[in-house]
Amino acid sequence: MKRIKCFAVILALALGAVFLRAQAPEGPIRIGFIVPLSGAFAQNGRDILNGFLLLLDEVGYRAGGRQIQLIVEDDEAIPAQTLTKARKLVESDRVHLMAGTLLASSGYALAPYVDAQQIPMVFPVVSSDDLTQRRRSKWIVRTGWTSSQPNHAFGEYAYRTLGYRTVATIALDYAFGWESVGGFQRTFEAEGGRVVQKTWTPISVHDFAPYLAQIPRDVDAVYALFLGRSAVQFMRQYAEYGLKGRVPLIGSGTTTDEAVLISMGDEAIGTVTALQYSAALDTPDNRRFTAAFRRRYNRTASYYGESMYTGGKWVLAAIEALGGRVEDRTKLLEALRAAKPTGLPRGPVELDEYGNPIQAIYIRRVDRVNGALQNTVIDTIPRVSQFWKFNPAEYLRQPLYSRRFVPGT
Amino acid sequence: MTYLITQTLNGLFSAALLFLIASGLTLAFGVMKIVNIAHGSFYMLGVYVASTVVLRTGSLFAGAVVAILVVAAVGFLMQRVFLRRFPADPLAQMMMTMGFALLFRDLALMIWGGDPFTLQYPGRLRESIEMGEVVFPSYRLFVIVVAALVGVGLWIVNEKTLIGARLRATVDDPEMASAIGINVARLSGVVFAVGAGLAAFGGVMGGPILGGYAGLDFDLLPLAFVVVIVGGMGSLKGALVGSIVVGMIDNFGKALVPELSYFTLFAPMMVVLALKPTGLYGRA
Amino acid sequence: MAGRDVARTVTARHVAVGAMALLLVAGPLFLGSYWIGLLTQIVILATLAMSLDILLGYTGLPSLGHAAFFGVAAYAVAVLSTTYRADFWTTVVAAVAIGTALAAACGLIVAHVRDVYFLMITLALGMVLWGLSYRWIPVTGGDNGISGIPTLDAHAGLPLSGPAAFYYVTLLVFLASAALMRTLVRSPFGLTLRGIRENEGRMRSLGFNTWLHCYLSFVIAGAFASVAGVMWAYYNGFVSPTYLDLTASSELFLMVTLGGPATLVGPVLGAGAIVLLKNVMSAYTARWLLILGIVYIVAILAAPRGIWNLGGRRSG
Repeated sequence: MKRIKCFAVILALALGAVFLRAQAPEGPIRIGFIVPLSGAFAQNGRDILNGFLLLLDEVGYRAGGRQIQLIVEDDEAIPAQTLTKARKLVESDRVHLMAGTLLASSGYALAPYVDAQQIPMVFPVVSSDDLTQRRRSKWIVRTGWTSSQPNHAFGEYAYRTLGYRTVATIALDYAFGWESVGGFQRTFEAEGGRVVQKTWTPISVHDFAPYLAQIPRDVDAVYALFLGRSAVQFMRQYAEYGLKGRVPLIGSGTTTDEAVLISMGDEAIGTVTALQYSAALDTPDNRRFTAAFRRRYNRTASYYGESMYTGGKWVLAAIEALGGRVEDRTKLLEALRAAKPTGLPRGPVELDEYGNPIQAIYIRRVDRVNGALQNTVIDTIPRVSQFWKFNPAEYLRQPLYSRRFVPGT
Repeated sequence: MTYLITQTLNGLFSAALLFLIASGLTLAFGVMKIVNIAHGSFYMLGVYVASTVVLRTGSLFAGAVVAILVVAAVGFLMQRVFLRRFPADPLAQMMMTMGFALLFRDLALMIWGGDPFTLQYPGRLRESIEMGEVVFPSYRLFVIVVAALVGVGLWIVNEKTLIGARLRATVDDPEMASAIGINVARLSGVVFAVGAGLAAFGGVMGGPILGGYAGLDFDLLPLAFVVVIVGGMGSLKGALVGSIVVGMIDNFGKALVPELSYFTLFAPMMVVLALKPTGLYGRA
Repeated sequence: MAGRDVARTVTARHVAVGAMALLLVAGPLFLGSYWIGLLTQIVILATLAMSLDILLGYTGLPSLGHAAFFGVAAYAVAVLSTTYRADFWTTVVAAVAIGTALAAACGLIVAHVRDVYFLMITLALGMVLWGLSYRWIPVTGGDNGISGIPTLDAHAGLPLSGPAAFYYVTLLVFLASAALMRTLVRSPFGLTLRGIRENEGRMRSLGFNTWLHCYLSFVIAGAFASVAGVMWAYYNGFVSPTYLDLTASSELFLMVTLGGPATLVGPVLGAGAIVLLKNVMSAYTARWLLILGIVYIVAILAAPRGIWNLGGRRSG
């Protein structure tokens, strides 16, 4: 008998869901949102979501005269699950547009589906270069960044302003690391600098001791690319092995992002990194945003937290421009690409014709201010495009940065 | 030479942590034939509990004590209330520990949030020791010494005390052990609790360097399994030798052939298993 | 309890199988495309879970690395269809052959290992193959995986577009695989496997080559896992290392043990339950992992031999 009950429950679940699926044709604008909310990346996903919720609250879940309904799905940071959830949002919930995902692998898994379904989608975080370059998708609008974007600017800055001539790099051994280090190396070496050693650490490593022992002590600086827990561990261990104070540490924005900075101590002070955002950016728009974020979530807004606040502004601006008539997807996509939202925490942003932002890159130094660590903005490089100062067509003819390949080096 | 010394010390540090984690896993297997998928969770819970205590008291020592007690209690309850219902069914036991692993993972996320963190160094151990060219963090040396002391302690208990004799008898032959009046059920609970506590202690010891983060449980579990497999399931001596072998291979593998680091650990394990399925010191 | 009412147990089973069959066959007629997609997932993962059941349930060799063959076959489809632009039948046949050949090679290393050691060696095997998918970047695309696998209808040149058509193709493959596996476990070969599970020494003294039986069981399980992997690659249109990681293998393991090992029907049930639980629950709460953990624990307490064996004799 128990077994029959079991089946009854499963059947009832399946059937019930079918009836729930029925949707009214008119009604609120439905936005589908996918981020990891369980598993190892849950906190990042939560931050991204929180930025969006903050924005939607500010506008009272209304835009273009219509109510906005947000449907949130958890993809566990597993690409197959990202796709399943996208299918649910598009085919079952009939959303008008989608936003989200965290990992590059999820982004690549989603792109063909998004194109096939012709559903506009906003990528606030996924930074894989090729998603808006060699493998760009018509229906994806990126409001975040490409991995190499801040690093192009940073490579030149490290040579010209920081005065470094030799650099050793240590970075996570996957596409995000290659693209970031590649971008840095390309412009740094174009100026005349030299990357003397490149160390790639497998993503599963949590003790960096074997690699730290091999870093040359006679370089001008060490460039590090880590994120999440690996950034926290690396920072600790860099100090542990007597490198801090001996070799200056610079790196990608994620290495000292506010999401990990709260978990670091004095060992992080002095690290210089580059990114399109810093919570310590001293503008009225950002002060207002960070204060509101802190009030509501009792956390410092990280770049994750900011990402979908800004991405959301894009969505709202597009809806406003259409007067709420989002049913025509082609028009919605055009509106997204044409949107020019203002008052963004990170400063002025516009989209290039490939669907990637042109935005300021901030050079940030970790300081302790009023007892807490922050990314003090020490310099601003305005209007940085994903192609830096290169010609886009020529840039795209060269292959993507990889473990071994960096153009022009 | 400098390089060799530094990397050997690094390897020993990995071995020390691995030993703390794997000794409990191997004991639990020896006595109960349990493949405990939740063992990495005990390690993770250890760091998290300690982080809360350290935040309140500022003392890593207090954190370690509370973490060991709390996690040991969790382990004890898990064994007494749940696992012992399936004494002769390793599959059901394993599945149950999988369920617990999911439960602990999400509970930790719920209680402590998903931000990574590290614990404070105890006392003056944050500095590094410099001897000529060799720079080595003093805290790592401390962990190596502590793990060695734990190892000696376990050895004394195992070889020189009554409970150790009972333990060995039970590992050898549970049926015979209960026939001669050993309360195998209670012993199982105690062993499981001690194993959980040791894993938690490992978590706290690793805390200042590796810290805690969401996903820590499953990152460490395969490593602990490799140690137990290479050493032989159920053998403390095996866990010790296995930790050192695995710690060294892992460390030198990562340093010398980072491209192959996904294989340097598991390939040797497969070789050992293929040639001698019971590991170096295990019994069939 | 076991023999309480055999007749009723049998009836209950028939009702259950009937209901399941009805849902599987007629489901797409009244379900939306998303739910057809979930049904497709269930059918593919059920094929995979059944293949593990041959190994775990019938032969008594618990594998924690079974997703590896599934994943390798999926990767083979991805590489052949995108990088080499191979035609449909070449891709499918080669992918299944590669998965099976890999199982045949790995079987040589693992087939003499037993019990918990088998669990461990397959765990290591799974980790090595996962590492390969992650690390062999020129072929596998590393962490980003490979996307852009052609759809089944485009690749096979069949007028089969749409989720329902794809579903029925997978259902056919599933039914064919299930029939083959059912025949297998009821054959003298299958009976020998069960004999080995219960008492290997006795089987050996009866003159059976138990190593060979275990080896073949491993290869056959790998072959059916490859079939599932091929379908999975076409279903998702991309591959990534998560297909063969430890999480995937553990989930698969749970499907079999939750549903009921050594039944073939149980794993289908387990696959269905887990896919539905995950996707339905996660729409309502971010704490679904917690609930899933509790469900597993309660399920084992209530039905230590799996849902399908609940209250009845252990079949198989």
